[in-house]
Amino acid sequence: MNTSVFLGSVAAVTLMAGAGMADTLADVKARGELNCGVNTGLVGFAAPDANGNWTGFDVDICKAVAAAVLGDATKVKYVPTTGQTRFTALSSGEVDVLARNSTWTFSRDTDLKLDFIGVNYYDGQGFMVNKDLGVTSAKELDGATVCIQTGTTTELNLADYFKANNMTYTPVNIDSNAEGEQQYMAGACDAYTTDASGLAATRAAFADPENHIILPEIISKEPLGPAVRHGDSNWGDIVRWTLYALIAAEEYGVTSANVEELTTSSQNPEVQRLLGVTDDLGAMIGLDKEWAKRAIMASGNYGEIFAANIGEQTPIGLARGLNAQWTQGGLMYAMPFR
Amino acid sequence: MSETHAQTVPFVRDTMLPPADPPIKEAGAVRWLRQNLFSGPLNTILTILGVLIVWFVASHFWDWFSHSVWNADSLADCRRIIAETWGEGARGACWAVIRERWNQYVFGFYPVELYWRPTMTFGLLFVALAPVLFSESAGIRRIVLVLTTVLTLWLMATLGAPAAWLVFAAVVLVGAILISERHVAWLLVFSVLYPLMGVWFLWGGSAWGPIMVLAGPVLGWIAWRLLGRVSALVATVAALVVPLVWWIVFAGDASRDAQGIVSLAIPAVDSDRFGGFLLSITIGVAGIVMSLPLGIVLALARRSDMFLVKTLAVIFIEFIRGVPLIALLFVASLLLNYFLPPGTTFDIILRVIIMVTLFSAAYMAEVIRGGLAALPKGQYEAADALGLDYWKAQRLIVLPQALKISIPGIVSTFIGMFKDTTLVTFVGLYDPLKSMSDAVRASTSWKGIYWEPYIFVGFIFFLICFGMSRYSMYLERRLARDHR
Repeated sequence: MNTSVFLGSVAAVTLMAGAGMADTLADVKARGELNCGVNTGLVGFAAPDANGNWTGFDVDICKAVAAAVLGDATKVKYVPTTGQTRFTALSSGEVDVLARNSTWTFSRDTDLKLDFIGVNYYDGQGFMVNKDLGVTSAKELDGATVCIQTGTTTELNLADYFKANNMTYTPVNIDSNAEGEQQYMAGACDAYTTDASGLAATRAAFADPENHIILPEIISKEPLGPAVRHGDSNWGDIVRWTLYALIAAEEYGVTSANVEELTTSSQNPEVQRLLGVTDDLGAMIGLDKEWAKRAIMASGNYGEIFAANIGEQTPIGLARGLNAQWTQGGLMYAMPFR
Repeated sequence: MSETHAQTVPFVRDTMLPPADPPIKEAGAVRWLRQNLFSGPLNTILTILGVLIVWFVASHFWDWFSHSVWNADSLADCRRIIAETWGEGARGACWAVIRERWNQYVFGFYPVELYWRPTMTFGLLFVALAPVLFSESAGIRRIVLVLTTVLTLWLMATLGAPAAWLVFAAVVLVGAILISERHVAWLLVFSVLYPLMGVWFLWGGSAWGPIMVLAGPVLGWIAWRLLGRVSALVATVAALVVPLVWWIVFAGDASRDAQGIVSLAIPAVDSDRFGGFLLSITIGVAGIVMSLPLGIVLALARRSDMFLVKTLAVIFIEFIRGVPLIALLFVASLLLNYFLPPGTTFDIILRVIIMVTLFSAAYMAEVIRGGLAALPKGQYEAADALGLDYWKAQRLIVLPQALKISIPGIVSTFIGMFKDTTLVTFVGLYDPLKSMSDAVRASTSWKGIYWEPYIFVGFIFFLICFGMSRYSMYLERRLARDHR
């Protein structure tokens, strides 16, 4: 995905002085509204509908945090950020949380002074080709022309991959996903590469999806997660454990439908702690007892959010894959609520 | 010869020949074709080439264009309808996306129940512009105002405006028509008040904010009158300082207090709800209105004899012209946050308007400087000979002629600036062309749609820019003094 290390660094360096004493939780509560940085529009992850209401996988994270902190999932101000402005928006304090399908990388976590609080979607870069090309593996793409979004980690991954496999390619630079689709459909490139979730969504929107295949190779790791600023660990904890609460809720079978019932009837000590029946975990992060319960009620647990926005029942139709619970062979693993 | 002799009465025609039709080659369409398209071998070849190109383009796009679908819920739905109607493999335009999302292209995310507010503001814009744009021709002004009145009231009623506001708009619009018939100059008062009114209508909130802003110049005027008896210099300084002090120190509290006493508020709409053409036109109109006077001042400053004034003007103009607009927009959206004291919220649209204004003012200054340079030196000398001081000479002699010469350049700058408003996409604002289209494509229903939004938005941009261009041609004809 997009990088803008320069602007981000400028932002980070300038802000370091003031960041030490920030109390984001108090700010958000005083404001009565959570400022959440989201994508300006990415299918399934964040998009405004005809009435300007935001929906999507990342948007539901914002809603869960707002529900946990403010008690109302609608108290979110969505700040659309572009690939260039997203990290600066976070470090300058314009947004409290950045839930914008951003890849967790070393330099962003350290140099840009961001704190990625977890991973809500494990993505990876893949290739899509026309069936007529007769290619079944990315290893056969030697000499191909590839449509690639400029200024992104995917561009660097592509160069790495072809170099490592001793192959050559001709890049066709594109600016946005829509343009990439258009170039690919017009035959300007043999293969289109971007995150696998994006490829699936793109392919689903084609008039003839059956004529295009997504190659099996995933050539990079793209762990996408929400991020907060350095320097306010309590706020980071709140966002991190809100995400864990959603993941844990799926693991323990707590859904938006049965959360009320389980609050009174569940005998599972972990569920009781999660929902604030026993112990007072919320107080340790400056919230009340029922914070996690509200977060789950906002849009459901992690599985429900996944299914509603990008899951197999939606037009995007992504399988859980790596994003299944650890008990199901995936990587979603919430730390214990204790 | 043998039959002719001296006595023969020479033949004298006593009736006129009946007028004959011109030869077929020299009449009607054929003549026009021969003159314009086939006047020589080169032009004939060029004509045939041109026809071929038009045919090539049309034959490739006609089927797409003619297979237009307006009623569908999603791109998949469109494709199904096209396949059913025109057979498998047919392609077609899916205008249904415009039918379903037109409101976002026009109003962005402005609350639906308040759509009438931008509509009214846009209608009143014409009332504010009419005395300026059509100051000389009562006929055109009447047509514009009547059309505006009818359309605005009809649209407002359709969009569900409250009755009280409908009455307000009707009073203002009809009043404007009546006043414009008798005393056009009075309408200029409305033009001056309009910016504050427009801001209040669009963003809403307490009316006391704009009123207190307005109080600044009024206080300045009072100070000027009171101190005028003491000293002209003191009075001038006070007239400038008093409004500034008022705005910076007192206006905020005063408007809050006044709001507490008498509540004059309409629902507030945040800047993040703005988008589409509402955003483009807001930025464009504000930029145009402010960049022209600023450009004039800069152009005069650059031709000034005063070293400091001239140097500052040159530095400003050359700096702004040497920096891409996108860089300025990034500064506005990102860097300003760090320079301003923490906690200051400085509206992003306001920041963008300021940057766009400065940017086009620099270009405007150079265009107007061209007009000033084109004016014969005799005009300046004549003004001096009449004993006019600098400002009077500029106002009465120099600028009217220089601006008239510069009209094509000025309007080009306006058009360019209006189109440049789409660049706000890079700072996360929803311009109609890219951001809004990307947002529409981000819904699962419309993912994969590409040309239709671009064509729609491009068409509207064309209408507006073409309108500006035609107006400038009208104005040039109107102001032509030399061939009367």
